[in-house]
Amino acid sequence: MSILVPSDPLHDAGGPPVSLDEQTLEQKEVAGLSQGQIVRRRFLRHKGAMFALIVLGLIVLLAATSIGWGPIPGWWKYSHTALVPPNPDQSPTMSLRPTWLGGAGVQFGDHPFGLDNERGKDIFALTMKGVQTTLTVILVLGLLSTTIGIMVGALAGYFGRLADSVLMRFTDMIITIPVILIAAVAGYAFDARGMWSLSLVLGLFLWTGLSRLVRAEFLALREREFVDAARVAGASSARIIFKHILPNTVGTIVVSTTLLMGAGILIEAALGFLGFGIQAPDVSLGTLVNDYDGAYSSRPWLFLWPGVFIVAIVLCLQFIGDGLRDAFDPRQKRIPKRKDLEQENIRGEADMINAPRRAGMGFGPQ
Amino acid sequence: MFAFIMRRLLASFFVVLGASFIVYLLMANSGDPLDFTMNITNPTQRAQVVRSVTDALNLDTHPVARYFLWLGDVFRGDLGMSALSQQPVLDDLGGRILITLKLVTAALVLSVTTGVTIGIVTALRQYSGFDYLVTFFTFVFFSLPVFWVAVIIKSFGGINFNDWLRDNAQFSTTFFVVAAVIAAVVVYSCAGGRLVRKLAVTAIGVGVVLGLLTYVSVTRWLRNPGLGPVVIGLCALAIAVGVTAIVAGLRNVKARNSALTTAAIAIVLWFPLQAVFDDGMSIWKLFGLAVIAVVVGVAVGYAFGGFDKGLSARTAAFTAFLIGVVIFVDRTMQSWDDYSSSSVIRNRPIKTIGDREPRLDGDFWMTVNDTFSHLVLPTLALMLISVASYTRYSRSSMLEVLNQDYIRTARSKGLTERTVLIRHGFRNAMIPLATVVAFDVGGLLGGAVVTETVFEWNAMGRMFTEGLQAKDPNPVMAVFLVVAITAVVFNLLADLTYVLLDPRIRIGD
Repeated sequence: MSILVPSDPLHDAGGPPVSLDEQTLEQKEVAGLSQGQIVRRRFLRHKGAMFALIVLGLIVLLAATSIGWGPIPGWWKYSHTALVPPNPDQSPTMSLRPTWLGGAGVQFGDHPFGLDNERGKDIFALTMKGVQTTLTVILVLGLLSTTIGIMVGALAGYFGRLADSVLMRFTDMIITIPVILIAAVAGYAFDARGMWSLSLVLGLFLWTGLSRLVRAEFLALREREFVDAARVAGASSARIIFKHILPNTVGTIVVSTTLLMGAGILIEAALGFLGFGIQAPDVSLGTLVNDYDGAYSSRPWLFLWPGVFIVAIVLCLQFIGDGLRDAFDPRQKRIPKRKDLEQENIRGEADMINAPRRAGMGFGPQ
Repeated sequence: MFAFIMRRLLASFFVVLGASFIVYLLMANSGDPLDFTMNITNPTQRAQVVRSVTDALNLDTHPVARYFLWLGDVFRGDLGMSALSQQPVLDDLGGRILITLKLVTAALVLSVTTGVTIGIVTALRQYSGFDYLVTFFTFVFFSLPVFWVAVIIKSFGGINFNDWLRDNAQFSTTFFVVAAVIAAVVVYSCAGGRLVRKLAVTAIGVGVVLGLLTYVSVTRWLRNPGLGPVVIGLCALAIAVGVTAIVAGLRNVKARNSALTTAAIAIVLWFPLQAVFDDGMSIWKLFGLAVIAVVVGVAVGYAFGGFDKGLSARTAAFTAFLIGVVIFVDRTMQSWDDYSSSSVIRNRPIKTIGDREPRLDGDFWMTVNDTFSHLVLPTLALMLISVASYTRYSRSSMLEVLNQDYIRTARSKGLTERTVLIRHGFRNAMIPLATVVAFDVGGLLGGAVVTETVFEWNAMGRMFTEGLQAKDPNPVMAVFLVVAITAVVFNLLADLTYVLLDPRIRIGD
């Protein structure tokens, strides 16, 4: 697989010899490493994913420590339930412009994200609570839907025939039922509008995409020799599914779960916006945006900050998912930087003195 | 083939049937559709309404039996009554489907064309600055909650833009600087070749952008937009050359001449067309004119003859259609001033609520302007996310195709770069995309719930959410049926398109 961009100097220069060179470079880098090590190295090298991982970590840390989360004590002076005395100036006090540039100096202030006088709430504390709720929702949703998705997909793909048709038609049926309706009915019929019940409902209905992916992987993998070998050795179906096939589908599962969690945040927020999502006393980022969307023209900070956190968390998950996909994809090859190739080239020229046979594989002058 | 379609349809029928049963029972358990009668103060009147609704919806029977009664009615073509309005659901449904279609078609067409264009360019310039920039922005757009963006867009378009239009309609210096920087970054990273050539292309690009913006700003063009015969003529020539360059290659003299002839015919016809436009214009007449334009293009292509008449005809037909769009836009712009200064619009032309202005009384062109000013913001909100996904799809699909052996073969045969990219690359890259689009069309009818809510369009999504809030089963079930059936049909169509377009795929017997 060489680069086929016409204007690319690498392509114009060499053709096949260049891609041979890339291959040797690539092979040298992964020589003697296990699959897991290769994946880990590729992931750690993915700049976007690493940056996203750090940002996401910081967001989690901020949300957990600022207003406190379970046993973790909070350092922020207000909690999301505390009534804050009204202040005529409700705008955010956070300032990033230093005094020597004519600003108020880099400071957090009393209400960094602003203040809502009507409800007497500090927006920073509310937003942090919303982040906590959202993180809980996607964790529960991710765990639940991954488990169901893997079970359905694995059983359908491994056993095939009747089990496959029944399970896949069932999946089709679940896909057809709109999530809004499920959430609304759960709210009306069982009064399930808290954080935990909504994440359960979402988890129980968002596994369909993953189950289709897992099924496709199982359909391909169960025909492979190692499965036959395991069966001949007397392994039970459960052992083949969980010990032999499932580890080979980890890439698909991890990537799709990460992206599902990102999508879950947006779905939860959209449900909150339509009025079918999490309701008081629980606070989520979606309900905050919904509560304050009328205030956008007069007090935009009430509306903007929760939205910014939704975008930030989903964006981080997207980048991590992208990095994981690249890391797990066996066809994925790191595009060698020209610097690496030139170094290789110099080494090649040095070798040439000793071994003229390699001359054809060198990297021609540009 | 027939057996495959029948089997799929049969399976889908049972899937929809099962899902409708689940949904019906869920709706029946969600609450009492008679809740709204609590607002009726007169007790005899209330008892009357309760009785009539109970009879109409069979509320006194068990939910499972009620489902089968409802199902029987559906097979007889009756979707039942709405408890809230006590009107048949079917009467309401047709109009709402049309409104939803109006909202989503524009967004779909625009996002597919922009998304595919950007995706192809990023694939051709893989790992360039432009590629990384676009990749980053597609991720950002994927992460945006629709309602959040929609509220911001609503505020900017509906308040700030209208105020700006009223106050001076001229760009500030900051705007020029920002526009120049953006244009420079985009053009520079798209341009190919050596540094000097890239810089020259960038300078020309930024110059063109700044020139256009200055013209728009100085003449306050946005208050009273229009193209005029000169600009239309230039556009026609540019379209003829551009379409030829992409479809046939500029060396193909016959194709080039037929495109240019079509452009000349269009320029000559521009003036007489104005009279045609003013005389009893309707959507059907517009459609007829579009068909005539394409037919004229095809005829010109065939008239030029040669061994590949078809190619010339295709080039000329594309040219004719695109120039027709430009002429249509020009005529619509001529009515813009009348529209925005009319007594019901009062110079605040960008609308944020509803799908049309009911008090507006005007000819066809006023209505077109009205539709445009209501569509522009929701379309923008819907496009942000779908453009991102089409960009990703077409980029990865084009890259996949460009790495195939047959592309290398095509190059080594000595074909021109255009032939390799368009005929061997682009066409094959579009096969998976066709199925994705078919898939999306299936989901479109129910997919715009949030956008409809933000912009207060009384379409399908609103019918669904309002029905849910009132626990009113029949409207909810009607929307569910329409959405589920279109999804099933278009999924089947997506599979069939794949078989049609890709001879390597065969349907198993």
